[in-house]
Amino acid sequence: MSFPAAARRSLADSQMRHNVGHAVEVIRAKRERAVAELSDWEALRTAGADVKARALVTLPEQLERLEAEVARAGGTVHWARDGAEANAIVARIASGHGIDEVIKVKSLTTDEIGLNEALAARGVAVTETDLAELIVQLGGDRQSHILVPAIHRNRMEIRALFERTIAPGEALGDDPRALAEAARTYLRAKFLSVPMAVSGANFAIAETGTIAVVESEGNGRMCLTLPRVLVTVMGIEKVLPEWRDLEVFMQLLPRSSTAERMSPYTSLWTGLYPGDGPEEFHLILLDGGRSQVLADEVGRQALRCIRCSACLNVCPVYERVGGQAYESIYPGPIGAILTPQLSGFHDGTTLPWASSLCGACYEVCPVKIDIPTVLVHLRGRVVREVKSPAAPEAMAMRGVAYALRSRRRFEAAQRLARLGRGPLANAALHRWTAMRDLPEPPGQTFREWWSERPIPPTHPRQQ
Amino acid sequence: MRVALFIACFNDTLFPQTGRAVVELLERLGCQVEFPLEQTCCGQMHVNTGYEHQARPLLERFARVFASAETIVSPSASCVGLVREHIPSVAQRTFELSEFLVDRLGVTDVGASFPHRVTLHPTCHSLRALEIGDRPQRLLEAVRGIELVELPGAQECCGFGGTFAVKNADTSMAMLSDKVRQVLDTRAEVCAAIDNSCLMQIGGALRRQRTGVRTMHLAEILAATE
Repeated sequence: MSFPAAARRSLADSQMRHNVGHAVEVIRAKRERAVAELSDWEALRTAGADVKARALVTLPEQLERLEAEVARAGGTVHWARDGAEANAIVARIASGHGIDEVIKVKSLTTDEIGLNEALAARGVAVTETDLAELIVQLGGDRQSHILVPAIHRNRMEIRALFERTIAPGEALGDDPRALAEAARTYLRAKFLSVPMAVSGANFAIAETGTIAVVESEGNGRMCLTLPRVLVTVMGIEKVLPEWRDLEVFMQLLPRSSTAERMSPYTSLWTGLYPGDGPEEFHLILLDGGRSQVLADEVGRQALRCIRCSACLNVCPVYERVGGQAYESIYPGPIGAILTPQLSGFHDGTTLPWASSLCGACYEVCPVKIDIPTVLVHLRGRVVREVKSPAAPEAMAMRGVAYALRSRRRFEAAQRLARLGRGPLANAALHRWTAMRDLPEPPGQTFREWWSERPIPPTHPRQQ
Repeated sequence: MRVALFIACFNDTLFPQTGRAVVELLERLGCQVEFPLEQTCCGQMHVNTGYEHQARPLLERFARVFASAETIVSPSASCVGLVREHIPSVAQRTFELSEFLVDRLGVTDVGASFPHRVTLHPTCHSLRALEIGDRPQRLLEAVRGIELVELPGAQECCGFGGTFAVKNADTSMAMLSDKVRQVLDTRAEVCAAIDNSCLMQIGGALRRQRTGVRTMHLAEILAATE
């Protein structure tokens, strides 16, 4: 579905609009306060952007360093060209151990490649352990936010869902603690019995082979430490060259995402530790279109993204339409530049236009991704590479450009516009007057007034 | 000071009163205003919609038409933003009106009188592309008789966004609804801005809903005298 059509569907859901609108308003204000506490925030953003940019231009080298260090620490590294390869590797690891159930740490990358569905198709049951991801999974729903996937649901909806699924026959009430307790009881049994966990990675340090996951609930920590087998699927852009680089991102990420000074749980692990944690660790390095994004000099900055979701929370489009209208695991402004680049352009690519270019996203991005510039760049690429030059819009734009290339044609077009016809009027009228009035066409254009006005008396101050 | 006026094509066609106000204001402040009649459009709509290849002749045309101008002034923040970013040969010489008044002429009190209740929508391009800050605010504060009221959620986009307003009309309208509600909350008689494109969006809904609230370009308020 095109973004305008999906957005129209979402806009009609007033409960969702209320839930999302309220939630982002709260997060926005909290983020602003958390960021204002640091006097060197701008310097941190610059450092974050620079570290990521350096990691990306030296990506092959960094990934090989990472591979060597993970292997040295007892882990096994796999390379996956695309989602299908990555899913097959995870399934193979499970079947090699005769495992038919896995638990998951909240991970966008595994959602991007459809791991849950791929494992289910091979007879492996998957349980999401992040509370919001669990809500989405139990409801057969779709995520609508990078950080808070169930942001479109309110407490009452979640209560009804839990009473229908994990707490049948119980009256949970609307107390958030009771709802969280129901999830905790359900998940605790999984943590203690399921032999394999799958995670994503917030960062991976090439220098040491260390993987980092930050989270709020501690459910990720359970997954990372209790099961026998741990598999981490990470996009290749998540690598950081040096251990000391983490310092920058551990300040940028929590404040930008949850508006906290530090995440409640920061898990760092380097391979295996005898007698502690998993007995087997696999790291899957996923390309999944990322090399192709890296080849675009303007678009590649999207790979700096650390999935904080600050851009979603300030986006006036996201605030109205919610995450599902983007029809991707990556919604909002970052989704509008990441999704089409990762999945490739086609004639129906509309996400780069899903923005008024207001620039609020760029202002808050902790790694300074110039999203408006990338959006305009991608619009150009879609128009040049896949759009038909015979499409009505392309023809109209060509017609207007032709009119604007000469004074005579421009002035003729102005006269036509006054009569409500012609390329200028057509370009402006389309889908406008359904909801808004147009200004009354003036009797005289500015240039007509200018040409007819008497020569102005010389101002005294000029004499 | 000699000033070449870059009017912006939609102002020329749809909002001539803004251009007349700019001329009146600048002449009142002692500027000698020129209007190169060969100007048409800076190419912003094409660039921002993904048709930069078609905009290139327009960008080149702009550079040619204004090649000999010492100072270029425009009553459109978003068009000035386009010029700054895409037409390097004139970028340093092109100013948005409030920038020109405050930074180049060094005035905030332009001798205007406008005894009405006014709220200012700062516009995204003035805030985040040109970083014009509170210059329009300061200019308005110096106007005699004006009652300036703060617009809640002022920094939020009105939903215009050029072709966004028609390509994503429903989303644009949802954004506009909130902006209109906030304008009405101020109980202002006039909603002002430094870009008529945003005002066409906001004003279009204010008129459709018969609110009685007018939209006016900053220049028109600054040109008004007793």
